[in-house]
Amino acid sequence: MFFPISNTHINPIYLVVVGFIIGILGGFFGVGGSFIAGPALRLMGVDWNYAVGTDLAHIVGKSIVAARQHRTLGNVDLKLGFFMAFGTIGGAEAGAQMIQALKRAGNVNTVVSWVAIVVYLGISVFMLWESYKTLRSDKKRPRRKGAELKEDRSSFGHVTKKIQRLKIWPMIDLPTSGIRQISLWIILLVSFVGGFFSGFLGGGAGYIRMPSMVYVLGIPTHLAVGTDLFEIVISASYGTLTHAIKGNVDILIALVMHTGAVVGAQIGVVATQYFAGPKIRLAFVPLPLIGVAIVVYTLITGHKF
Amino acid sequence: MNKAETKSVRVFAIELAIYAVLVTVYFFLVLHLLGEWLYRLETQHRITYAVVALSLIIGQAVVLDAVTSFLFRFLRRRWK
Repeated sequence: MFFPISNTHINPIYLVVVGFIIGILGGFFGVGGSFIAGPALRLMGVDWNYAVGTDLAHIVGKSIVAARQHRTLGNVDLKLGFFMAFGTIGGAEAGAQMIQALKRAGNVNTVVSWVAIVVYLGISVFMLWESYKTLRSDKKRPRRKGAELKEDRSSFGHVTKKIQRLKIWPMIDLPTSGIRQISLWIILLVSFVGGFFSGFLGGGAGYIRMPSMVYVLGIPTHLAVGTDLFEIVISASYGTLTHAIKGNVDILIALVMHTGAVVGAQIGVVATQYFAGPKIRLAFVPLPLIGVAIVVYTLITGHKF
Repeated sequence: MNKAETKSVRVFAIELAIYAVLVTVYFFLVLHLLGEWLYRLETQHRITYAVVALSLIIGQAVVLDAVTSFLFRFLRRRWK
């Protein structure tokens, strides 16, 4: 099938399958899946700028479906999602400006690659340690009868409690997430950092935002996944608009990919019902490692995906 | 696999088959018709293209979500 906007020939079945895989990951982990979509589009000869912009457009559609499904399961905190969208958009702009500054300095590829390796590895190692420790301590604890999968515990909980107790005005409550009081600035900071890495490393940066929501803000994992998806709808819509104006979006490719993502996202969302928070976090660990493998490969071979 | 799980898998397989037919029709009709128009819009009116692109992906998400949810509900009721 010929896509005239990006001037490429791609088999639509390939796009549907890629969309389906990313849909499952997105529905289950609350990530955009750009670490797969970007390279998958590049592999078919789509220019890098189109791969980034088109991926964002596809993320909007997939996240709408997954967020709606999560909302029916009670996994979306709308209030938190709206606040986070502001920080994410600001952070994404700051990240994009940092890229421009590095481009002018002439060392953008090296800096971005090393930052990506350190950040992805850091997240993976930390989540592996935390979820493993939580699961081990859960085994020692007597199981309450009728305990729900959504009841979440974390070995990092004591630090989270301290962060929640920081009194920096204005304080807000998040009843859906079970948080009585938290500073709005902490929410904005977490979303700004997520947005910064989204603009700096590309994609939706769900691999940073979802763990941050759990460990820094203290949001239960199921709610973090659902709320992250809702927030991605807003921030990725903004990204799609700006990229489309710059001529980086082939909406026809995004529409075809999205047909597979719809089914995948629904499977991913349903699957979260069968796993407790720490198990979802443990299963999340390989995702940033895929990102590390791709960056290391590009550094060694010089081949750009 | 118990009876309920077997039923769910069967319903899902049928849903996928119907969905695949609908998507194939969609590719050949809608995308074929829209392709040339979107291409011209992208080269001549970038801002309009950006708004149309975002509206299309949001619209498709809403419609496909409704279609898959309807198919799943309809098929589950029929197999009861």
